[in-house]
Amino acid sequence: MGALVEEFPVILGAFWLTVRLTLASAVVALVLGTVLAAMKVSPFGVLRGVATAYVNTLRNTPLTLVIVFCGLGLGTVLDVSFSESLSTNYLWLSIIGLSAYTAAFVCEAIRSGINTVPVGQAEAARALGLTFTQNLRFVVLPQAFRAIIAPLGSLLIALTKNTTVAAAIGVGEASLTMKSMFEQHQDSVVAIFFGFALAFLVLTLPTGLAFGWLSRRLKVAR
Amino acid sequence: MTEAKGSTSLVRLEGVNKHFGALHVLKDIDLDIARGEVVVAIGPSGAGKSTLCRVINRLETIDTGTITFDGKSLAVEGRALAQLRSEVGMVFQSFNLFAHKTILENVTLGPIKVRKIARAEAEKRGMELLERVGIASQAEKYPAQLSGGQQQRVAIARALAMDPKMILFDEPTSALDPEMVQEVLDVMISLARDGMTMLVVTHEMGFARRAAHRVVFMADGAVVEQNTPDEFFTNPGTDRARDFLSKILTH
Repeated sequence: MGALVEEFPVILGAFWLTVRLTLASAVVALVLGTVLAAMKVSPFGVLRGVATAYVNTLRNTPLTLVIVFCGLGLGTVLDVSFSESLSTNYLWLSIIGLSAYTAAFVCEAIRSGINTVPVGQAEAARALGLTFTQNLRFVVLPQAFRAIIAPLGSLLIALTKNTTVAAAIGVGEASLTMKSMFEQHQDSVVAIFFGFALAFLVLTLPTGLAFGWLSRRLKVAR
Repeated sequence: MTEAKGSTSLVRLEGVNKHFGALHVLKDIDLDIARGEVVVAIGPSGAGKSTLCRVINRLETIDTGTITFDGKSLAVEGRALAQLRSEVGMVFQSFNLFAHKTILENVTLGPIKVRKIARAEAEKRGMELLERVGIASQAEKYPAQLSGGQQQRVAIARALAMDPKMILFDEPTSALDPEMVQEVLDVMISLARDGMTMLVVTHEMGFARRAAHRVVFMADGAVVEQNTPDEFFTNPGTDRARDFLSKILTH
């Protein structure tokens, strides 16, 4: 227990990084996933093909590979740079990897949400003269999102836990901090482990509850 | 029955053909609808009546032939097509109101987003239209809270809000409970009286007799005959029409 108390500021800092990683990746993944879903239902075959190829590739590649590719491939080999500071740079590279990966799942969730909107409503919107993008924006997507709030919550929980993979390219989030604490405090490994596991629960349990509540509240009456 | 007002044609279909796979749903359709004319399309199911309705605002594409609306050939896609659709109202069998929007929002969405009319003005006009179809008191409710007949009247108000040059009705009363059919037909009859150009796919012979200028009888994808309602119902010119009428008028 002593180790946890002693290192509390470090642990807090590590989890704060986890939260930032999660939120930044969630926002980018939501935007990218929405664009991909729009491409998948668009009338243009090329866009549908690109989106399908993207989803199939990213969804079926292990996240560790995606993150390592971002760190080594983009960062080291292609020299993509966001910041002078090496740690900030790897943080951004890991956000790219996490959001690129999660966007594939977001896209599929949104597409299943789109399927819950009766075709007739999209037809009625077209008949009013709404363009394809207006139709998505004002009629289809608002209803699609409200139908998939609970699955999006699950994706956010998965993303929170997936941020630990960023440790693979040296981003000092919670799991990497835990690993280094194991080395410094070998007498209290079990306490440290449960401390970190509990902290993850503190992040993820409310997420699940909040999204469940939202999904009931925003349900579209049919 | 009164003559159609105005004589210029608003919609003209020439040699229109349409297939769904191997099924030939529209066969060489030639049809003119004049401004202010109310045309009722009747016929057995599978005759292509709904498809006829849907090709006019290109919810279905056609294989061959031409369709002109208001003197212009039908646009294939993009903004020009959206523009055309905004001038042709459509009322569906299953209402198709936007479930996540209130009744008033359903009516104002098109004017605000397509016509770029200011919200306040669109809402004022929307309320007038809801008043006209007798639903003004329900403006803040959601579609699921209304009866079928009320939803269909909202759908008519939604179409009217765009100030369309024409309204297509695709079996507007077929999904309604019997006691709600009349309230929708009453709104349609009053529209017809006000000179709206209408193409109505329906099985309601009473409506055809009271409001239509012309009945178009379709079977197996073709227009078999067309005439004034009186003439058509009392003295059909083809065996196919006689056969159809004998089946629907005897019970």
